[in-house]
Parts: sequence; C-alpha cells; structure tokens
Amino acid sequence: MAGRNLWQEFTKGLWLDNPVSRQLLGMCSTLAISNAVINGIAMGLAVSFVLICSSLLVSLVRRIVPNQVRIASYIVIVASFVTIADRFLAAFFPPISKALGPYVPLIVVNCIILGRAEAFASKNSVGRALIDAVGMSAGYIIALLILSSVREILGSGTILGYRVLGTWFEPWIIMILPPGAFITLGILIALAFQIERKVKQRR
Amino acid sequence: MELFVIFASSILINNFVLYYFLGICPFLGVSKKIDAAFSMGVAVTFVMALTAVVSWAINHWILIPYKLEYLQIVAFILVIASLVQLVEMFIRKTSPPLYQAMGIYLPLITVNCCIMGLALLASLKEYNFPETVVFGVGAGIGFTIAIVLMAAIREELEMADVPETLKGAGIALIVTGIIALAFLGFSGMIK
Repeated sequence: MAGRNLWQEFTKGLWLDNPVSRQLLGMCSTLAISNAVINGIAMGLAVSFVLICSSLLVSLVRRIVPNQVRIASYIVIVASFVTIADRFLAAFFPPISKALGPYVPLIVVNCIILGRAEAFASKNSVGRALIDAVGMSAGYIIALLILSSVREILGSGTILGYRVLGTWFEPWIIMILPPGAFITLGILIALAFQIERKVKQRR
Repeated sequence: MELFVIFASSILINNFVLYYFLGICPFLGVSKKIDAAFSMGVAVTFVMALTAVVSWAINHWILIPYKLEYLQIVAFILVIASLVQLVEMFIRKTSPPLYQAMGIYLPLITVNCCIMGLALLASLKEYNFPETVVFGVGAGIGFTIAIVLMAAIREELEMADVPETLKGAGIALIVTGIIALAFLGFSGMIK
C-alpha cells in the first residue's frame, strides 16, 4: 500500500479493483436495481454517500475503537448513514424510493462498504480513506451505469425514459427480468476480463 | 392456504437468490462443492428462521409501539449480527468439521443480504407472526435449493471446456441467469 501514490489510490477503484467487475462485491444491489438507468443512478449516489461518509468516520475513529468490537461499531456507523440516505430519498424522491424498495436499507449489508471499512479505512489516514472511497464509488457508479444502460436499452428500448430505438424494436422483456440481470453482468465481467488479458499480452 | 401460498412462493417463485437477488455473495462464493453449499444452505435457513421470529418481535413489540420505525435498519442489523455470533459459537462447539467447511462464510452471514432482506421484506409486506415464520423458512429452503443446484452444475463445469474468458465469475453468472430463467416458469403457478 505504501508504494501507491494518491492518484493510483483513486484510479484503482475504477478498473484494477473495480468493486463490481473485479471484487464481485455488492452484487445484490447491482443486479436488482439495474433494470432502468434512473434507478442505477439513484442507487449509485446512495451507495457513494454511505461509502464516503462511513469511510471517513471509520478512519477517524480507527485508533479509538478496540479491535474486538470494530466490526460491530462499523456496522452501526454504516447503518446510521444508510438510515439518513433512506429517509432522505423517502422524503424528497418518493417515486424513486418506492422503485428501489428494500434495496436502499439493504445498502447496510452491501459488502462494498463493510469491505472497504475493514480492508482500507480502518488502516489508513483520513485523506487516503476518502480518496479510496471516492474511487470505489466512481467505479461502482460506472459499472452500474453500463449495466443499467444495456438492460434498459435492450429491455424497453429507452434510456432514462427516452426512446432511443425505433418502434420497430421489439423489447426483450427478459432483460428487465431477473435472468437478464445475471446474464448481462456475466457477459460484462467476461468482457472486462478479456480486455484485461489483451492489455497484459501486449505488455 | 394463505400460509402455503407464502411458503411455496418464497421457495420457487420469489426465490431470494433468483428473484430478489439477495445473498449473491455466498451463492457465488460457497457454491463450488455440493457439501459445503448444502451446509451453507442449512446455516442460512436456520439463521433465517431465527431472524424471522426475533425481527418480528422487535418490530411489533418495540419499534412500532414506540414509533421508532426509523431505527429499523440499525435494530435489525444488530439483532442479526448477534444471532450469527450465537450460531457460530454453537456450531464451533458442536460440530468442528462443519465449522471448518463453512470457513469464513459463517461470519459473513451477518452481511448476507438475504437475512437482512428477509427482516425488511417481512415488515414491508406487513406479514403477521405465522406468515413471517413461514416466509423465513421458505426463503431459507429456497436459498438452499438454489445454492445446491448451482454447486451441482459447477462441479460439472470443472470438467467442461469453458472458454478462458468466461472462466470464474462470468460463467457462474450466466449459469445463474439460466437457472433464474427456469425458475421464472413457476411464476404462473400462483397468482
């Protein structure tokens, strides 16, 4: 870790350690709400908010919290921020809150957040933890955007509700149903892996 | 009859893994061997049944009477975390081989979305006590079926000639998609 400069700390979340395509973390929310781009954006922002705030706080208290109770205290920290995000969405964006349903409260068990708190924020300074969290959030949002765009375009022929494919296009209903989520993500991960392999070969 | 509908639909139609996308992490992580997958399924079912009981009690006896619903997330996650600790200690004492087999995935049940999802969904659907318990057990059995099916397929996949690119997560997710497609067939069963 020591050898990494701040820029590398940020960019590793985008590709090298991308939470979705590389670490396979936070699959539940990724798969469940990626049937429309708008849900993907809302979820991405909610997760980023929780991830950044809890990384900051975990990093701040890392010397105070005894080792034995650290996981429990991280969970309480994360749960408080998730409650804030959940109440905020319910108050200001009721339709989105309804569409996301139980998946907003479920951010609390999203492995990305606890994983970063345990693996990174609890061992690094506040600044580094913040940069790591921002990088991871950006990687998560990008992955969600790609996945939800593919699913929305193929599943309903629209993007953000605007029709992009003509009326000739027969929507593939399967893409907005659960099986479409699994298959699309599987293909996207394979694609990311293939690109990585090609890059390595060239070196 | 109502209870049976909830039971059947939580196993087959609204399967936690294949329909609600809950518990994907252990589903992909522990599904390489049938034995380990089965013990994971049993552990999850057990914790789910317990969670259903405890979360219902907390929700209806503490949170709702005192208008503390906004504390639901914090309360549920703490209950689940302590329950999992208990189960872990119990298994370590009674069955060390089982404990070995589950490895690091047992503590991970704490952050397993399907347990938390169960507590949240049951309160969202406003189930009464028997319904919540049946929902919990059914969801656990559904999880077990899905993970054992997946493990069986993956054991065969070891032998198969999978393209280099798709190896690992790629093929696992596509197989899951196909299983989910098959389970979609059940959705006409109960309206």
